[in-house]
Amino acid sequence: MLRDITIGQYFPGNSIIHRLDPRFKIVITVLYIIMLFAGGTYIALALGAVYTVIAIALSRIKPKMFVKSIKPIMPFLIITAVINLLLISSGEVLWQWKFLKITSGGINISVFMIIRIVLLIAGTSLLTYTTSPITLTDAIERLLSPLKKLKFPVHELAMMMSIALRFIPTLIEETDKIMSAQKARGAEIDTGSFITRAKNLVSILVPLFISSFRRADELATAMECRCYNGGAGRTRLRQLKSSARDYVALFVTIAFLAAAIILSKIFA
Amino acid sequence: MPILETQELTYVYSPGTPFEKTAVDNVNISIEKGEIIGVMGHTGSGKSTLIQHFNGLLRPTSGKVLLNGVDIWEDKTKIRDVRFQVGLVFQYPEYQLFEETVFKDIAFGPKNMGLSDEEIKRRVYDTAHDIGLSEELMERSPFDLSGGQKRRAAIAGVMAMEPEVLILDEPTAGLDPAGRDKILSHIKAYHQRTGNTTLIVSHSMEDIASFADRILVMSDSKLFCFDETVKVFSRSEEISQIGLDVPQITRVFDKLKKQGMDFGKEVYTVEYARNLLLKRLAEREAR
Repeated sequence: MLRDITIGQYFPGNSIIHRLDPRFKIVITVLYIIMLFAGGTYIALALGAVYTVIAIALSRIKPKMFVKSIKPIMPFLIITAVINLLLISSGEVLWQWKFLKITSGGINISVFMIIRIVLLIAGTSLLTYTTSPITLTDAIERLLSPLKKLKFPVHELAMMMSIALRFIPTLIEETDKIMSAQKARGAEIDTGSFITRAKNLVSILVPLFISSFRRADELATAMECRCYNGGAGRTRLRQLKSSARDYVALFVTIAFLAAAIILSKIFA
Repeated sequence: MPILETQELTYVYSPGTPFEKTAVDNVNISIEKGEIIGVMGHTGSGKSTLIQHFNGLLRPTSGKVLLNGVDIWEDKTKIRDVRFQVGLVFQYPEYQLFEETVFKDIAFGPKNMGLSDEEIKRRVYDTAHDIGLSEELMERSPFDLSGGQKRRAAIAGVMAMEPEVLILDEPTAGLDPAGRDKILSHIKAYHQRTGNTTLIVSHSMEDIASFADRILVMSDSKLFCFDETVKVFSRSEEISQIGLDVPQITRVFDKLKKQGMDFGKEVYTVEYARNLLLKRLAEREAR
């Protein structure tokens, strides 16, 4: 169950998407998100979909994995769709029951929102699927490095992020173990009423917090034993280098973004 | 009728993915009421996966688990009752303590069983006594206890459900020899009081040898052998080959045998070895 979570997972590979400079990948992802939100028309979404499909094909990651990434946000998607469906009243009334009514405008916006969110998750999943957490934080550190001049702790932030990412699988495993142990004592976690389940959650969260603090403490000691003292004067094993293909990818994305905005303006 | 039985039990992790792995392969065993069983096997041999089937935490990919002759998965909604009848103590159980007091933590299982407050109280104090936790510890926070006490409190949490079958996964892992002996003797005391069936998973042959009626050995996802303790250790060479250690004293006696000093019996506890040697010495002096 918990093992099915794919958000933040990395699938090693050697595709052209994997080899892009992570700094460019982050910028491109930001542009991609702007594309999905700035257009606001189906044309923009269609362009976004084409862009996503091409990128997924280039990454050589099984499309199944992207379907999986959408699964956990299903409840969120459904709630969004239902709320939009019932609250927006514009256009033709198609169905009415007391104060509830469904209108053509409501359906339109619900569908639009669902496609937008699905594209958003699929596209951003591509970033984490093809970039290892370590390179990703390296890239964030470099991208944010101008902020160092404002005394912003960029390195510390990046270090915290990579530690957090590193421990996600460990914590999932730990949660699994504690859940099994409490289930063995008869705790109802995936059965039983909502209230008993909520109560039993305490029996999982308390041990989980305690072991997280213990782990953090041990990690801090281990880092200090190896003389870690922050970012000052540290050099890097892997230097990030950009090449022609990174600029091509960036250019293509900007072209898509521009097309999405312009076409939306024309057909709006 | 055996209390616990498996029929062609097979379990496959993540079937249909590149990570597919058969962790338990066609295992048939049957355990009688009141036995103490030692479960041995190398890391990754499938022993932990196997024991998680006994209380229904894992559902077999194929095959059956029978408790008192009934398939535990026959009625899916009753699986929680199975967990009360087959208590499972995980490795490093002290990491699952969560309540404000030791009493409340030990009472968590019995409470989930829906027992009366009287009965809960009786069980908590009885098991605390069996496991060697004094009464004044009951109102302390479990996080204030020492490492060994925490471990014992966590084991008591499962024992207090008074399961017919008690399974302990490496109950002595990470403890010093004194702590190890203490826990094992308490487990034995509990076994004697309740007459339950006990399964102990352990790496340490010394622990198991002095303890178990029968030994179950897993190797490479398969059942390697399941036999009386004496008979298992008489195959000490095969056991070494699958990467397990036989007790040190057994190795000493194997070497003695090779040098022509045959005692004619399998020796696997120090106590027994001492008696044998003293007897042999007495015979020699008498001559």
